[in-house]
Amino acid sequence: MAETLIKGKCEALIIGGSAGSLDVLLEIFPSLSDNINFPIILVTHRKSGNDALLSDLLRSRTKLKVNEAEEKDKILPGHVYIAPADYHLLIEDDETFSLDYSEKINYSRPSIDVTFQSAAEVFGDKLVCVLLSGSNADGVAGLKTVNDLGGIVVIQNPNTAIMSYMPQQAVNHIKAGIILDASDMAEFINKLVK
Amino acid sequence: MISEAIDNEQIEMLLSDVLEAHGYDFLEYSHASIKRRIIRLYALDNFVSFAEFRYTVRTDKQYFKRFLEEITVNVTEMFRDPNFYKALRNDVLPVLGTYPFIRIWVAGCSTGEEAYSLAIVLKELNLFHKSLIYATDINPSVLEKAKQGIFPLNYLKGYSENYVKSGGIQDFSSYYTANYSHAKFDGTLSEKMIFSTHNLVSDHSFNEFQLIMCRNVLIYFDKDLQHKVFQLFDNSLEKLGYLALGSKESLDFWERSKAYKRVKTEKIWRKL
Repeated sequence: MAETLIKGKCEALIIGGSAGSLDVLLEIFPSLSDNINFPIILVTHRKSGNDALLSDLLRSRTKLKVNEAEEKDKILPGHVYIAPADYHLLIEDDETFSLDYSEKINYSRPSIDVTFQSAAEVFGDKLVCVLLSGSNADGVAGLKTVNDLGGIVVIQNPNTAIMSYMPQQAVNHIKAGIILDASDMAEFINKLVK
Repeated sequence: MISEAIDNEQIEMLLSDVLEAHGYDFLEYSHASIKRRIIRLYALDNFVSFAEFRYTVRTDKQYFKRFLEEITVNVTEMFRDPNFYKALRNDVLPVLGTYPFIRIWVAGCSTGEEAYSLAIVLKELNLFHKSLIYATDINPSVLEKAKQGIFPLNYLKGYSENYVKSGGIQDFSSYYTANYSHAKFDGTLSEKMIFSTHNLVSDHSFNEFQLIMCRNVLIYFDKDLQHKVFQLFDNSLEKLGYLALGSKESLDFWERSKAYKRVKTEKIWRKL
């Protein structure tokens, strides 16, 4: 199993999602272990102006520290970072964040592709990326890069996702992807702990 | 994917070429972002090899113009972050209105949307006649667009909504003439604007201002460069002048930040 392949070497977990992904996050977070020893970075499509809402929802469901990612922040283990609305979130070689207000990608800013690709170049085979429910194809190209550079790709089972299009595109394009139901995701993530 | 074929060393060599051949220094830009822009342009323009791309950037002046325009981010909006403009309208500009003359610097103005937004607020506060807006950018071609004040019509609905949310009191459409796919803004708005190239990395202070606006420019710079630019702004700002940054930018970690006081909750600081 891929869990055993990567167990103990996960240096960053990135979760991308669009329409229908909030429910999954709310299901995952209460079951996450307090011992998570890698950063968790969330990139979700949402309207600008609702930044505090998602942080608050998640904060009430986990003991991990939940914050919006700020530019130049050092990325720390055991912290949950949320990509701010209306900016692309990139990862620098020194494991800090950069923000970018360039053109939307896949009609999206933040774009999941941008963060996945940028993280893949920094974390290589020590990266785990999860793509959840959504109704456009953002994230799929990013997962391909993650896979090409040796990272682990996890895809929400399209059959049980609220919006199947995004995970289905990922399943179609990345054969090595691990397909999981939302209810199995927390356990998978907890097993990544060293 | 092409991105894997290009490593950090190649990006650095290209940027060193750019500095040597053209005098533009991008070496202190945030690496991940500029790398992504470069790789995107390289893929877009179908070069056969990175060496050819490098050679063209180095030697072809015409292509370099395109390079400069494409690797810098020129996405901007009118009345971006309406609450910010509300704070300008209610808390900052009325204070500056007590001065006989208002000098404003919009640094990194791109195609001018923020400068025009500011001009509209100044007009509505009856301060426009005694204001002067210096709008600068590293990139001469975006300044040409800024001078014209012509923006794509399909964005105007969003701009109009922003304007209303920011406390705008007029009919927004009274500021422009719509023509097929574009809106041309009232020519009187640019009468008080001076457009000029200025490179925040290498150029010096050129005047003293009561307000400096530099929004979503510093996010592209590394920390050291950000601090150098804060110093440049500090040298260019009168006592009790205001510095306005983008919604995710902050003065907090700069060594002289204690000499500035934050204005309410917006990213606006006043020099003490």
